[in-house]
Amino acid sequence: MVDESEVDRFARDLAREAEAGGYHLNPDEEFTRSLVRGLLANQERYGYISCPCRLASGNREDDLDIICPCDYRDPDLSEYGACYCALYVAADVEAGARAAGPVPERRPGPAERQRQKEEQAAAGRIPGGLKYPVWRCRVCGYLCARERPPETCPICRVPRDRFERFI
Amino acid sequence: MAMQHVPGTDRGRVFLYALSTCGWCAKTKQLLTDLGVGFSYVYVDLLSGEERDQVVNEVERWNPQLSFPTLVVNETKVIVGFREDEIREAVGA
Repeated sequence: MVDESEVDRFARDLAREAEAGGYHLNPDEEFTRSLVRGLLANQERYGYISCPCRLASGNREDDLDIICPCDYRDPDLSEYGACYCALYVAADVEAGARAAGPVPERRPGPAERQRQKEEQAAAGRIPGGLKYPVWRCRVCGYLCARERPPETCPICRVPRDRFERFI
Repeated sequence: MAMQHVPGTDRGRVFLYALSTCGWCAKTKQLLTDLGVGFSYVYVDLLSGEERDQVVNEVERWNPQLSFPTLVVNETKVIVGFREDEIREAVGA
């Protein structure tokens, strides 16, 4: 069982980080608390805060794209005004100017994910003329040209394994 | 037993595949309960081993994206997500 004071603390931390980065948590406090409770439950059983509204495999590598903030948050905020689970909402939704509707699942299904994984593995390396590979943060889109991605994204603070090879 | 039944008016076979941590799944379950519809539900994230594989295959058959909540009414109508109007219509309430 998740400790309620822990839920309070984590909800406060998330809200502070969100606002500092220009993001907003859902103003529906009760609903947001239920999601934060789900994140903490996932932290406890998987060791990482995978999306409370998605089925995690328990294997971090397979679940990387759904660790909160997920790879799909930013496109969903742009298109629907909320992320998939609706923990994060766009500024106008937060201000109450519009309601966030249901967000269709953007994450490909298991069969398609497997296909994409094989395709990526088969793709060649290093296009000619570039001194360094370019890495992209899958969460916020930050790009950097260096041998390896940074340990922590300097923009959104997610760890190295959330980066993908961009060029 | 992983499958739970909520008693209520018989509107056919109403089955909810849900996650125990998901806010939209909770809203869907609450809506069905408030409508007084009899339904069964299972929290797929709480299953393990063969039982989980079996239920995951079942969900994928209805909804290849394997997303939640997935509501199946009478093994014909499938509603993915908390779509209140569609759910009300499907259970005739």
